[in-house]
Formats: sequence, C-alpha cells, structure tokens
Amino acid sequence: MKIFADLLHSLLYAPQRLVKQAYLVEFIKNTPDPDRGYALSALTGELSIQGVKAGLIRKIAYQKCDPVLFDLSYDFVGDLAETTALIWPNTTRQVSGIRISDIISKLKTANRIDAGTLVQEWLDQLPESQRWALLKLLTGGLRVGVSARMVRLALAQSYQIDVNEIEQIWPLIEPPYLELFNWLDGKADKPDAAGRAVFRPMMLAHPLLESEIAEMDFASFQAEWKWDGARIQLVSGSDGVRIFSRSGDDISGTFPEIAKPLSWHGVIDGELLAGNPNKIGSFQQLQLRLNRKKPSVKMISETPVFMRVYDILFDNNIDVREHPLEYRREVLEAQMKTGLKTCYLDLSPILADASLANLQTWRQQCRAGGLIEGVMLKNKTSSYQAGRIKGSWFKWKRDPLTADLVILYAQRGHGKRSSFFSDFTLGAWGEGSEYDAQTLLPVAKAYSGFTDDELKKLDKFVRENIIQKFGPVREVEKTLVVEIAFDSVQYSKRHKSGIATRFPRFKAIRWDKPARDANSISDLIAMIDI
Amino acid sequence: MIDTSWLKISKSGLYIVPAKAHIDPVRSVNTAIITHGHADHARAGHKHVIATPQTLEIMAVRYGANFAEQKTAVKYNQKIQLAGVNLTLIPAGHVLGSAQIAMEYADTKIIAAGDYKRKSDPTCAPFQVEKCDVFITEATFGLPVFSHPTPEAEIQKLLEVQQLFPERSVIIGAYSLGKAQRIIALLRAAGYEDTIFIHGAMKKLCELYVSFGIELGSLQTTPIGRIDNQQISLANKFILAPPSAMGTKWAQRLCDPLIVSASGWMQVRQRAKQGGVELPLVISDHADWNDILRTIKEVEASEVWVTHGREDAIIHACTQMGLAAKALSLIGYEDESE
Repeated sequence: MKIFADLLHSLLYAPQRLVKQAYLVEFIKNTPDPDRGYALSALTGELSIQGVKAGLIRKIAYQKCDPVLFDLSYDFVGDLAETTALIWPNTTRQVSGIRISDIISKLKTANRIDAGTLVQEWLDQLPESQRWALLKLLTGGLRVGVSARMVRLALAQSYQIDVNEIEQIWPLIEPPYLELFNWLDGKADKPDAAGRAVFRPMMLAHPLLESEIAEMDFASFQAEWKWDGARIQLVSGSDGVRIFSRSGDDISGTFPEIAKPLSWHGVIDGELLAGNPNKIGSFQQLQLRLNRKKPSVKMISETPVFMRVYDILFDNNIDVREHPLEYRREVLEAQMKTGLKTCYLDLSPILADASLANLQTWRQQCRAGGLIEGVMLKNKTSSYQAGRIKGSWFKWKRDPLTADLVILYAQRGHGKRSSFFSDFTLGAWGEGSEYDAQTLLPVAKAYSGFTDDELKKLDKFVRENIIQKFGPVREVEKTLVVEIAFDSVQYSKRHKSGIATRFPRFKAIRWDKPARDANSISDLIAMIDI
Repeated sequence: MIDTSWLKISKSGLYIVPAKAHIDPVRSVNTAIITHGHADHARAGHKHVIATPQTLEIMAVRYGANFAEQKTAVKYNQKIQLAGVNLTLIPAGHVLGSAQIAMEYADTKIIAAGDYKRKSDPTCAPFQVEKCDVFITEATFGLPVFSHPTPEAEIQKLLEVQQLFPERSVIIGAYSLGKAQRIIALLRAAGYEDTIFIHGAMKKLCELYVSFGIELGSLQTTPIGRIDNQQISLANKFILAPPSAMGTKWAQRLCDPLIVSASGWMQVRQRAKQGGVELPLVISDHADWNDILRTIKEVEASEVWVTHGREDAIIHACTQMGLAAKALSLIGYEDESE
C-alpha cells in the first residue's frame, strides 16, 4: 500500500503531465503483478470493489468520530476518503507490507459486515497517507489528474510500443490486466478482438479556437452538423450487437430497439438522438431514456431513439480505421443502403460548400431547436485514431447565451475546489414567472468558469455574506451579480422558475453591477428556442 | 457570576466599553489594542495604539514611524490600567510580539487570545496559559481533520527535495511576517548554514527579527527588477517569497522552480494542489484542532467565544465539554494565507 500511496502523492503534486507519466512509468516498471494492474485500474476508474461504498466508509467513520464533527469536516474538505483518512486517529499498531492485491482478494470474498471490519482494521494499521490511498482505492474518484489515456500512454512508454496497440486491446482486458502484462512481458500472445463485439476507443475532436481559424484550409475538411445527442458506438459481432457510450460503457440494455442483431458485422460511430430520422426529439427527451437502465415497452414507443451515423471503423470485420475519412465515408454510404439499411439508422449528411462564410452563418443559425450544437470539421485525409488527434477533427460550437444572474446560495465544492465555496445557485428576477417580480428565483447552478483567484474572492464574499444555513448550503445576501454563459434555456417543470439552463458556467463576476439590474425570467424565456 | 456586559462586538471588532478601546479593529478608531502585526489585525489609521514593543516596531516597518499619534508599548505580563480596566499582554506564540489580551473588569477576567499556536517556534515567545472566565479563541483550523505535524519533521522534507533536485531552485511561499522567519530559523536549527534568499518584501521584517535577537544566519535579497527576462540561476538554493509573489514574473525568472507552500491548509490535499504547489508543508502559525481544545481546557474558562474560522465544530466540542460557547462571527480577519 505504501508504494501506491507514494504514487498517488507524487501524481497529485506533479506539476506537468510528462512528470506524471514519468512517475507512472517508474511504477509500472518496479511493481509486481497483480498489484500494478490493480493500482492502474484504480487510476483508469475500472476497478470496482463490490460491497465497499461511500455509505460503508461513512458508517465506519461515525463509529470512530463524533458524527457532527465528521459531517462538518466532510463539508469543509469535500472528499470522503480524505476526510476519513485525516480524522482517523493514529494507532500504535501500525503494520507495513499490506499489499493492494491482498486487500482486493480479501474484500472479494467478504460479506458486507466483514468488509466493514476489514477496512477498520486496515485503517488502524496504516499511517494517514496510506489510509488516504486505501480509501481512494475503495471509493474510486482518485482526483490526481491522471486520465485513463495517460495510463495507457505510460504503459506504451514503459514497454516502448505504440499506444494504439494498447488502445486496441484495452476493451478486451480486465483488472489486473494480466493478459496485457503477460503479452507485454513476452509470456503470452497478444489478446485478440477479432469478431467479438467489443468497444473500440473513439476518435475525439478538439474545439476550434478563434486563433486557428485563419490558418484553416476549409476545403480539406468535411463539414457536418454537431448533433446535440449522445455519442455512441454500435458494434455488431458474431456474439450479437452492442451499444457503447463514449466512455466505453455497455448501454445495450438501455436501447434494446437499436441493439438488435444485424447480418452485417462491424463497428460504426454516430450520435444517439431522440425521435426518428424525420423528426428529431429534444435532448431532454433523450435524457429520459439515458437515465433509464431498462426502459418499459411504453417508454420505448413514447420516446423512441435512433442513431445518426457518421463514421465506420470495421466493415464486415475488416479494419478500415487506417483508411482516410473520404474512403470510410464511401464505405459507410454504401453500407447504409445495404447491410445497415434499417429504420433506426440514418446517415449524418455532409454540408456542401463549407466555406468560412457559410460555416459562420450555419453556426449562428443552428441555435434553432437546440438539436444542433454547432458544426464539426473533419480532415478528409484523417485516419480513425483513439483520442484527440491534433489537426484531424474539430468541433466548432455556436456561441453561448449569456445572462446576468444573482448569487443566491453557495456550497463548498469537491476535488480541486474543495474547502472553498465554489458551487453556486443563481437566480433571476421573478418577472415573467408565476411569482412576484421582486423575488429572485433559481435558474442555474454553476461551479466553473472562474479563475483560482476569483474563486478565493467568491469564497470570501460568501463567508462574509451568509444570512442562513441549510446543512452544507449557505444562503447569502442577494448582492453579487455574475454574468453566466450557457448552451440553452428550456422549460422545466422541476424548477420553481419554470425554466432550466443547460451547462451554465461563470463568464464574468460583475462586482460593479447592482442586483436590481440582473436579468428576469422573461428575459430568459425569450432565449428559449425549442 | 461573571459579567461580560463591558465587552461588546461592534462593527470595528471587539470593543471594551469602559476603556473606549477596540481590539484589532478593522476600521480606524481612537484607541486600538493590537494583538499582533499581521495586516488584517494591525491596520493603519488609529489615533492611539497599544501593543507590545515588537508589534509597534512591526507596524512602524509596515506603515512608517508615524503610523499613530500616540503609541503605548506594553511589555509581556506588564500590567496597565485603562479607565479602570486592568490589561495585560501575554505571549500568544503566533509571531514575534504576538499577544493575548487579558482584561479584568467587574470581577470578570476575559482573554482575547488573538491568533495563537502551541507548536514550537524559535522566533517568538511561547504561548502562555493563563486562567480566565471567558476565553476568546480563533478557529482557523477548528476541525478535527487538522492535526499539524511537528514543524521539524516538515522542514526535513525541504532538505530532502533540495538533495533530490540539485538543479532546481526551491521557492517557498510563506507570509512575510512570522512564517518566513520561522522557516529560516527552523532550517538553521536543522543545520542548514548556506545563504537563504529572500524576496525584497521580507527584508525589513527579517532585519527587525534580527534586531530583537533572533538568529537568522546569512540572508540575501533575491535580485529582482534589475535584469530583463534573464533567468537567474539560484539552483539548489532556498528562496522565500510571499504567496502573492509566487505566480508573478518574479517567480518565473527563477530556473525550474520547485514550488513549496508552508501553511496549515496544506493538509487538505486538493486545496494544496490548487496553487500549483509541488511540495506542501504543513507548517502553521495557528493552533490545530487538538491544540485549540487543549487550550480551552487549560485556561479553565467557563465560557468560550469564537472569533473567526470554523466556529461550528469548536462550539459543538465546547458544548460536549459542558462549556457555554458562542460564535462572534467577526469579519475582516483573513484565514491563514497560502
């Protein structure tokens, strides 16, 4: 556990990605199996330990510490594992040499009650840094600034191989990744995906920056709409059809009407949208389906979904990812007329005449309906590779909407914002709602978009302007106006104000602006475009 | 029966009614009793300032020799009277010259501890326990997650990274008054004799500490503002700078700086991580959770008032101990800077 704790500590405080990766490489080279695989799976978020959940940790902590003091501490620290590790008293019975693999194998066979006792025992035996590492391992959400991609890059670097090789077999392996390490160490053959319905890592787009526009040769890019749905991958293999989310989660059960056997075998990439190809539904409708693990027959008929396809990775089990986009598009168009011809699949059209002027216009027009978020630009010669590849795919979103809102409530944040008041509920004046024009109604919750320096100032503002406490929530004096950017406004029955904003974030703090001059509900309703 | 009616909370801070004097007022007043020299407690613009000789000197460095029309220097444990109120300044162990204000009036003794700590500090007089009826405490680190390790152990980490990265300059963010001098003194006590570099903003305060007999060894002001865009090689050296200077051009000009921050906040990992800190040191000039509770017990007060910080938890703990406790919710005092 000590080497894992040291690794987490180093990763957390390492200033740059390359330094983090170097720490990972050192760890991979110097740690035995299966401990290294388990540790890495904790970092990629793939480790799941049955029976040990946040509730159990909290219960154990309550037995060691006054619950009131624990809750106040948790509210401040913003992380259950860290709060518990810090608050747990040091004992004199410390033991060294507890291994991750021992911990995992013991917990695998333990029932819930035994698991609680085991965890307590380990916490008593470990110093604070290792208590933290243990609890992080058990509860997940490590927050040390390492992505799954970085772990795979470090693996590739450790063994001097191309990261794409690792990416391709990643969906086939499970923690502690012995199949992978045996192959890397030359003790076994490379794991093979052929013909199996497994997830293939997706290609992602960079946001197009203003500064890049001048240098773009738009003629060499294929333009498409950026659909406002959920990115999915459909894999058809000898063992059936599966649907995967962007992060590789199998969501076939959620969308049985799409995960139906096909005679064609291969992998396609596209957007899941509500409605049907002739009439697209809203993102809100799609959300109803996304939130339901097993939809009822009624729900499937009332809120149908379909897949708008834009790329192909495997065609009849032939890997076409290395071919240029233009070629893949031809293959895809041909298959959409034959093997992929169904009512729940349709093709994302290419936008003709994608000149800068046209793109600019389209970007602004696509606000209507909120079904399109902007435009996609894909280099016609690009191969299909995992991750964000420089210069290959760009997303160019429409400009966000903005409104001046008043801070109503604040709560302490988690992760990098822990211990600061960083989660804000913002309100607009009641004019246009069924409430009094003189009241402020919540319309957004925002916790990003400010700088570290601004965060400190906001935290100070909250601490000095508290008027009431509701558990961890603080009501503040209604004096501070913030300019908030958001993607869209929708009617919402769940909110008192009758509306909800999508992806609200801070744009500017208006220390100068009186609350009276903030926007009203009717201003926001005017921005609804669906 | 204790009588506390003579000590009130005003917009400016704690106010001793019969003496017409404020403690650490946050706005200009006629008579101010100052616990210590940190800027949020010792503000400029008061007519008459009562404080320890060290605190008065610190204020003179900060605001110029004529920072008040009248200055009354009161040594530790020297008794004075102000309109019938007996006043004593007692060491608080926070920074050089820091004092608790002990007040006696109407058969009631109240101590306003100001900011204080109980851990060792070679640069100031240690906290003195004095029994009282009402103890007014701060609660900057008033949560049971805060348990500060010994500063000596933390300083060892500094010496270790210096050995580990001989090609990098180790730049330590520390408050110019108190924390900086404490770290220098701790480094000296750990046997480090080489010249330590300091940011210009710390020079006068370091000189002041030396004039009060605190050994800081060989110090040199880091050359700044002289050469444009040229990196200064202070590889393998320790450089102290106020936290505010860490993100500036000043810091960028040092070669491959390793950012260290010394503060009680460094215990909360994600918060430590925020400022781009590579090595967090848990060295605080405030009492941690256990030390606050220990102090409350030792002074044997029957009532505890909490000025600023995480007051909820301290009040809960006091209630559990059977003590009356209340939050004063004073504003205008900063948490320990990072």
